[in-house]
Amino acid sequence: MLLCIENINVYYGNIQALHDVSLTVAKGEIVSLIGANGAGKSTILKAVSGILTPRSGRILLADKDLVGVSPHRIVRMGVSLVPEGRGIFANMTVRDNLEMGAFTRNSREEIEKSVAEVFSLFPQLRERASQSAGTLSGGEQQMLAIGRAMVAKPDVVLLDEPSMGLSPLLVRDIFLLIREINRAGTTILLVEQNAFMALSVAHRAYVLETGAIALTGIASELRQNAKVRAAYLGDVAE
Amino acid sequence: MRLLRSLVKTVAAYALLAGSISFLAGAGFVNPYWVQILMLACIVAISAQGLNIIYGFTGLFSLGHAAFYGIGAYTAAYLMKTYGGQSQAAFLAALLAGGGASAAVAYLIGLPTLRLTSDYLGIATLGFGIIMKVVFDNADSFLPELGGARGMTGIAKMTTIPWVIFFLIVSLLVVRNTIHSRYGRAILSVREDEIAAETMGIDTFQYKMVGFVTGCAFAGVAGGLYAHLYTFLHPSNFDFFKSIDILIIVVLGGLGNMSGTLVVSFGWIFLLEGLRVFLPPGYVELRWVLIPVLLIVTMLLRPQGIFGAHEFPFLRGKGAR
Repeated sequence: MLLCIENINVYYGNIQALHDVSLTVAKGEIVSLIGANGAGKSTILKAVSGILTPRSGRILLADKDLVGVSPHRIVRMGVSLVPEGRGIFANMTVRDNLEMGAFTRNSREEIEKSVAEVFSLFPQLRERASQSAGTLSGGEQQMLAIGRAMVAKPDVVLLDEPSMGLSPLLVRDIFLLIREINRAGTTILLVEQNAFMALSVAHRAYVLETGAIALTGIASELRQNAKVRAAYLGDVAE
Repeated sequence: MRLLRSLVKTVAAYALLAGSISFLAGAGFVNPYWVQILMLACIVAISAQGLNIIYGFTGLFSLGHAAFYGIGAYTAAYLMKTYGGQSQAAFLAALLAGGGASAAVAYLIGLPTLRLTSDYLGIATLGFGIIMKVVFDNADSFLPELGGARGMTGIAKMTTIPWVIFFLIVSLLVVRNTIHSRYGRAILSVREDEIAAETMGIDTFQYKMVGFVTGCAFAGVAGGLYAHLYTFLHPSNFDFFKSIDILIIVVLGGLGNMSGTLVVSFGWIFLLEGLRVFLPPGYVELRWVLIPVLLIVTMLLRPQGIFGAHEFPFLRGKGAR
């Protein structure tokens, strides 16, 4: 297992947000976390990326424990977060944003190569390379956020709600790109409200309910599961 | 090659500025009073450039800049008075020691506060500024030479046009070259979005610390120059309101704008002194009505600062990226 979360308990102050959550992500997988608002999906990503520290439990990245390691070190260990709301640097140009993504890398040529790769993946971004990132549309900003994470050459990308605020057409584009990035060898842990899209792109999925894992399985099987269909896919009970 | 060329340019600019102003002053074309004001403006510009690093570029709200200015002033003056005599080399050393003392204190304040959000730094530096004023007021109880509330006297007049121009140019170069480096972009990203910067692998605490300490070091050096310009230090020169003055300069010039900070520093000092000349006697205190009005009008018309995003050509990045 590339990423292995074992029985973490995470709190916001005195309020427990995650109860004994365990999950695994194998190399090359897309694993999706679905669940209602406030179920704790984003909290898991925050714990993995080091923004929140679990009170107990372990988070293993290829056998190295990430608990207590600060976020900027975790990036260097190969885990990149695309935060909810994208977190792009609005006053910097698109190109500067991408180069910030490569902050942990040193070789100028390698960085140029990665930036070029992102531009070929997202041609719209190349056209806007010297424009300031705040002027991009929502979809372009999401592409930039994903591209910026890719420039760091991570082993695992944590995607927090990539479909948020995007039109259905753009959501489809973004998910096609997620699949493409995964095929090129990047492991993905995806948090998503849009359960239908998430289950169609992921290999496996976990269903979260009030801070605990309620259900897990192969994504295509979960899509057929009556409970999941009723709760998250808007299926009317037959 | 490019480095050599820019070095030559810088030295030429320095020689031209320092030489011509010194000549004009020496030959009696410019009133010594205005020469002194010009030097003060340069000193304020150095200090303001420091706050520009802290607040403008790094996004840390600091309300105690005058305290760091004061630490530099008292440190340099004390060292010079006790050990330096009249030597130019000792003067340089004393100025650097003043900057170093401010930087060291800034580091100690940054350790607990920079891990928190920027608002806490604002509160901590506000409190620190007030504490330092009390310390300066009572400094004679532990070092009689510092004079406490009676003020410190007997400081050698060492600050000259070449010295202030030299440090002004150095400060501008340091800011320009830092901001347009990889390091500088990391500092800017911390200002824009701290969490996002952290997820880029940037140690935000370290970068905030570098910004804060560097900015305070500028204030310290400027304080040392100030002490040896007026040869008299009084705690009231380093109180809360003096911190606000510098903050106003940085905001008026446009946050994170070097040209704006530079121009407004000069404008501010010359306006303050100019009004002293132009306002009829007895109405001089009207300055403190006119300046806030000016501030309000500017912020309504140019909320992004007088210069906005425009920089003088010599303060721009190389652009060739």
